[in-house]
Amino acid sequence: MTDVLGWSRDQMAERAAKELEDGFYVNLGIGIPTLVANHIPDGMNITLQSENGMLGMGPFPFEGEEDPDLINAGKQTITELDKSSYFSSADSFAMIRGGHIDLSILGSMEVAENGDIANWMIPGKMVKGMGGAMDLVAGVKRVVVIMDHTNKSGDSKFLKECTLPLTGKGVVDRVITNLGVFDIVEGGVKVVELADNVSQADVEKYTEATIVS
Amino acid sequence: MSKIYKNAEHALEGLLFDGMTIMSGGFGLCGIPENLIKVIAASGKSGFTVISNNPGSNDFGLGLCVQQKQIKKMIASYVGENAEFARQFLADEIEVEFNPQGTLAERIRAGGAGIPGFYTKTGVGTLIAEGKDHRDFDGETYIMETGLVADVAIVKAWKADEEGNLVFRKTARNFNPVMATAGKTTVVEVEEIVPVGSLDPDHIHTPGVYVQRLVQSTFEKRIEQLTTRKKGS
Repeated sequence: MTDVLGWSRDQMAERAAKELEDGFYVNLGIGIPTLVANHIPDGMNITLQSENGMLGMGPFPFEGEEDPDLINAGKQTITELDKSSYFSSADSFAMIRGGHIDLSILGSMEVAENGDIANWMIPGKMVKGMGGAMDLVAGVKRVVVIMDHTNKSGDSKFLKECTLPLTGKGVVDRVITNLGVFDIVEGGVKVVELADNVSQADVEKYTEATIVS
Repeated sequence: MSKIYKNAEHALEGLLFDGMTIMSGGFGLCGIPENLIKVIAASGKSGFTVISNNPGSNDFGLGLCVQQKQIKKMIASYVGENAEFARQFLADEIEVEFNPQGTLAERIRAGGAGIPGFYTKTGVGTLIAEGKDHRDFDGETYIMETGLVADVAIVKAWKADEEGNLVFRKTARNFNPVMATAGKTTVVEVEEIVPVGSLDPDHIHTPGVYVQRLVQSTFEKRIEQLTTRKKGS
């Protein structure tokens, strides 16, 4: 895809913020998912979890007020809130793997129509590791992926079957791309919503996965 | 017998040997036992298996041991942010066992608690599951992971009392409390050692039973991704 069709990255994040519900505990991945925090509706009580050991992640610090002991999972300096708590990595992943986190929003390289996700390694390239991604997709109650619908060569990232090594099998619930919002359902992918100026024909053109109505 | 040593070098005296397994606390460069790592990097020992979430940066933290080619095998969840590590990894000079971060934390917790193995959903259907025991519980499939222990665990805490009761600070806690439980010998460096009785027993994160050696150090505390906002924004 040469021109960016549909939503911008920030519009995708804005749409993803509609997945939030009052009282939710949420883990946001690195990249576009981080932008979702900028679109939390006023008055909604959302607690952000950082898997390095914090609940109640606050905004970036003011210049000169950064604390090297206070970072998020992307190693960025952050701040605490009145409601914040800290805990060990084991406790952090106990809440992730134990199903206590309501929603994980993360990026991906590929998603398949059966809910498989691949976002941690490309064979032949330097493998950096999965970090907490495998734990998040396996343990969090609801998994929403935000990604571009196609890669740089214009090939669909929304596939019948993932070609890259998996991060999780059958774990994705919903996918938000520049073309719209899609649910993983029995037999394939259901179009929930189309992005601005995107038609069903555009979706069909750029989606390898089976589209069901 | 006092647990307190006068400096980082003394705190590791007699503990280091070729081929040993070392656990090192921290997440990125946050909450790392930076002075103990410097002593290990200068020890001349090598062939280590290092268990740590990350291998430090090029010139700080465990990256110093990478520079000295002391690490034979790394057990970690993420090894980006270190070009020399990448070079050794791609040249097959260093072996990496990737563990999902939660699996890594739980393996260490289990090791410290005398639990040899446990089952988890994390990694089912992925490369991580290959060769591992699969078992169904209530209709869901899980894989078995094993506990981890180390010859020496090096840990960074904020404060300790003279008995080795530890308090951590903010997200510098991360892997440190679990690693403290899983070292055959656990060596802890802290910013301040206070007299017994000055920490509230209800506020202790790691009880002194897990701590064999204790040292007070000063810390550089590098920041990897300095991110700020302007006042008024």
